[in-house]
Amino acid sequence: MTKYAFFLGCIAPLRYPGIEKSTRVVCQKLGVELVDITGASCCPAPGVIRAFNRNTWLAAAARNLALAEKMGLPIVTICNGCYGSLFEAADVLNKEPEKLAEINAILKTIGMEYKGTTKVYHFADVLYREVGIEKIKAAITKPLNYGVATFYGCHFLKPSSIKNIDDPENPHVLDDLVEATGCKSLPRKQKTLCCGSGGGLKAAFGDVAKEFTKTNLENMQASGAQFIVDVCPFCHLQFDTSEKDLGFNIPVLHLSQLYGIAMGMSEQELGLSAHKIPVKL
Amino acid sequence: MSIIVDFKADPNFEKQLAALGGEDVKLCFQCGTCTASCPSGRRTSYRVRKIMREAQLDMKEAIISSQELWECSTCYTCVERCPRQVPIVDVIVALRNMAVAEGHIYAAHKKTASNLYTTGHTVPINDEIKAQRKALGLSEVPPTVLSDSAAFADLKKIMDATKFDAIVKE
Repeated sequence: MTKYAFFLGCIAPLRYPGIEKSTRVVCQKLGVELVDITGASCCPAPGVIRAFNRNTWLAAAARNLALAEKMGLPIVTICNGCYGSLFEAADVLNKEPEKLAEINAILKTIGMEYKGTTKVYHFADVLYREVGIEKIKAAITKPLNYGVATFYGCHFLKPSSIKNIDDPENPHVLDDLVEATGCKSLPRKQKTLCCGSGGGLKAAFGDVAKEFTKTNLENMQASGAQFIVDVCPFCHLQFDTSEKDLGFNIPVLHLSQLYGIAMGMSEQELGLSAHKIPVKL
Repeated sequence: MSIIVDFKADPNFEKQLAALGGEDVKLCFQCGTCTASCPSGRRTSYRVRKIMREAQLDMKEAIISSQELWECSTCYTCVERCPRQVPIVDVIVALRNMAVAEGHIYAAHKKTASNLYTTGHTVPINDEIKAQRKALGLSEVPPTVLSDSAAFADLKKIMDATKFDAIVKE
């Protein structure tokens, strides 16, 4: 059984707790043990907090990394933002010893130190590379046959020079993961277009963010998708909360929720009542 | 070359940019692949190449007072395609740090910063979420800084040590 420090972030536990619940149940079914990181904080958000004060971002991320390091476990995240933040902060701290020393001087004031050993993984990457498609297929008790639009988001695969998970221009990992349930991933235009919410765009220029979202939804609709399947609660939030205004009605599922359905979780357990766009299975 | 050197308006700018992680902007040779690839640039007046050039020319004021600096969604499409491997998002982040240090921050962003500063998360918890969590069999409050006041005090100390309080209190 593989074991990870489970990094919750903000949007999943505080807006779509069904994503957190589904992840816990699905990981248990797949033999991936999740251990809570007691006292973890926001990652902190890469597009906003890092953009406001890079040292605060780095120090707070280092604190989260150090908490996992103390547990002796690699981190798994269910959010592209958390993944991007923690992965990139760990990368900076590994490559720049002077920066690590500077941050450790700050951590010392709270009795902590980051040695630079924590590895950071995305939930979908763990499922694809560590659990593997065959084992996932074996755990599926309720095969599905929906046509879906896979949505990778940006920070799961990019920057690919340090993440090395898949080709960001023509990815297949999430499509393979989705098709393991029996669903069909439908081809569409501009599949890798950003949802629009990152980088503080959603907060400061919500209408611009929605224009990104609208293009995505038009292409998803044209593909005939019955569901959107994402790997990021922030993309999830952007689609789920923008669709009504934009005149769309395609239900949104995080990969953990799709797997939850295919592994026999009840609708109640999936936390679908938090979704603005009703999910009818 | 001398014309460009003469144009440099702020000798400290390059150092500041480097300290914030934006040093490699100097590698940019202005091909424009970034702007051509940018989904925000297709919808706004944000032009990545222009900001990279302005950064090379130390045009700090023009950059930090612009709305365009905040129209990047950090999607990394430009970074993936840049033939010079300029870490463009890192440059944008560095420039935004400079802008914020001089008081250029949107109210909505200040609210996000304030959420982090007061709770340790960028979105607040509320009774509805607590009830949903409980119904799912999760802890009513997640096992984060929200349920650990000593951990939150540690985080706050870090935020203060890095002067994050200045953003929230301004």
